Amino acid sequence: MSAQKRISKELAEVTNSPPEGIKISLVDESNVHNWNITMDGPEGSPYAGGKFQLLLVLPTDYPFKPPKMNFKTRIWHPNVTFDEHGSMCIGILKPEAWKPSSKIMSVLAATQNLLVEPVPDDAVETSAAEMFKNDRPKFNKTAAEYTKKYAK
Amino acid sequence: MDSDDDFMSGVSSEEDDVLQDGSDNEDGSADDFGFDEPEPDLGYSQKETVQKKKKSFDTTFTVYHPEDIQGQQDDLIDEVNMILDLRKEDVAILLRHFRWNKERLIEDYMDRPKKVLEDAGLGPSTSGPPKLEAIPGFMCDICCEDEAGLLSFAMKCGHRYCIDCYRHYLAQKIKEEGEAARIQCPQDGCKRIMDAKSLDLLVTADLQARYHELLTRTYVEDKDQLKWCPAPDCVNAIECGIKKKDLDKVVPTVVCDCKHRFCFGCILADHQPAPCELVKKWLKKCADDSETANWISANTKECPKCNSTIEKNGGCNHMTCRKCKHEFCWMCMGLWSEHGTSWYNCNRFEEKSGSEARDAQAKSRVSLERYLHYYNRYANHEQSAKLDKDIYQKTEKKMIQLQSASGMSWIEVQYLNSASQALQTCRQTLKWTYAFAFYLARNNLTEMFEDNQKDLEMAVEALSEMFEKPVTELADSKLKVEIMDKTSYCNKRRVILLADTADNLANGDWDFNIDIASPTSRREGPPDRNLSRYPLIN
Repeated sequence: MSAQKRISKELAEVTNSPPEGIKISLVDESNVHNWNITMDGPEGSPYAGGKFQLLLVLPTDYPFKPPKMNFKTRIWHPNVTFDEHGSMCIGILKPEAWKPSSKIMSVLAATQNLLVEPVPDDAVETSAAEMFKNDRPKFNKTAAEYTKKYAK
Repeated sequence: MDSDDDFMSGVSSEEDDVLQDGSDNEDGSADDFGFDEPEPDLGYSQKETVQKKKKSFDTTFTVYHPEDIQGQQDDLIDEVNMILDLRKEDVAILLRHFRWNKERLIEDYMDRPKKVLEDAGLGPSTSGPPKLEAIPGFMCDICCEDEAGLLSFAMKCGHRYCIDCYRHYLAQKIKEEGEAARIQCPQDGCKRIMDAKSLDLLVTADLQARYHELLTRTYVEDKDQLKWCPAPDCVNAIECGIKKKDLDKVVPTVVCDCKHRFCFGCILADHQPAPCELVKKWLKKCADDSETANWISANTKECPKCNSTIEKNGGCNHMTCRKCKHEFCWMCMGLWSEHGTSWYNCNRFEEKSGSEARDAQAKSRVSLERYLHYYNRYANHEQSAKLDKDIYQKTEKKMIQLQSASGMSWIEVQYLNSASQALQTCRQTLKWTYAFAFYLARNNLTEMFEDNQKDLEMAVEALSEMFEKPVTELADSKLKVEIMDKTSYCNKRRVILLADTADNLANGDWDFNIDIASPTSRREGPPDRNLSRYPLIN
């Protein structure tokens, strides 16, 4: 049993009717496992106006194992590490929460949602989380500044 | 099988009585160990035991074999199945959800059946028993295959996937993740729990076996009074009613049918008479300190002024403390200035400053020496037990040779096995008496304890010496009788010591210089102070 059919189907779905503010392309046309994602910073969030690059990697065992997703663009966010890895912590991608029937479409929606509503209790970037909890105006300002700086 | 009969059972007592032909054994205590080695078949059943008096340091427990553990689960499932009108595989899921608390399950289910089912992962279901089907027009939502005749499966929640995906999913959960009791339906967001019957329909026999093994594991782990025997490759579990809060009053040693003796409280090897918390502190202390302490004791002194530990790495006796700049003589520990012109040569033992400094240092060394006193004896018994075992293994080989040469029977050489066992068990006990004594504060009971310790130690060393004799001497019947007598005496002394310590522990009569209540059962306090290296008693 190969995951090719499933991946092709999901890719077609996302390419033909992409969620608002998201563009998808393959890193390498011959490999359906690595996807480039461009995500617009959602309106009403400090990320609005920014364009964020993400890399989505589907493991060989996909869809039985969850995909991996990282921010290639730096982002000031409690749930994304503020470094060159841009590792993110999001519920749906945790191995214990992932189900083989979970779809990439829902991963993308969850990511957009995470930009609008950070989950500071699941933080991976603690200084951002502290700021988010204790000084919201400063957090919004910082996030917007970094968006301007990095997310062109 | 009940422990009262089996623990430290008459297995060996009868053998001892037979083998020791009349050696005095009036309180029957020589039985206080089991054979570690393969059981010699002596022609009578182990079950023919004389009803033993339970000793004060014995713990009541039961050994369960895998089939017993399975049987217990099946019985519970049957019971609930009769009371509640539910499928057995669903009852199993419910019981696991309630951590096998049958009463609570029934009570809650009677009150709110729908909620209970949903919480346990047995939400709303479609009718009909789950089976493999080929449904026209079906496409698997996981692999997106839709060929005609594709076999598919759905649990009662109705989420249908092809058999290959289902198998792959289950194999991953069971093999890679070690999950069994909480495998959910592959549907995103569906909390339906995979039941045993559906699983058996889907996966291969080896996965089924693994699945049931994992389920049994959760059964044992879910129950506080059940614990796995920690011996390698042992599949038994032990049931014991001793609770965590009791551990400052008893040392619950249990013996698995595989002969492994361990503490039910902390799963470490038998450590009677020392209570669990004491053992924990002792082991930590030894891990932290013993090597360092040995070296420090041999190679360093403390600065007489600031007590910094100083290593003299060569050169003259004129020391200048790097920390406080105090100048003193390494030999007499007195002020260097008092040495006048007699440099590089200390002949001034009379000076006041020197003798005071030596006193202070002596005091700070006392704690270290006290620790080393107990540690060395503890370590010695551990080491000797290993050596005794080695000797036995060597001797056993020779005895087999001797058997054929001298015509002695297998039974006739078993006294060596008994002696070896006695040495192992007694040394294990002695070892822990030293950790015990280290933390024991002096009161009117300690002298009795030390006497018991001394008696046992002398007996053990005497037996150990006889045991080391060459095989040709061992074959001598006089030595044989002596060894058997000594074996029986050692075992008796051990019982006396353990009974005495256990009684006092149960009555709270010992004074310890540490808190031996288990950390979870005592009032939350600040964490242990991070003690500096000295003093070593903590």
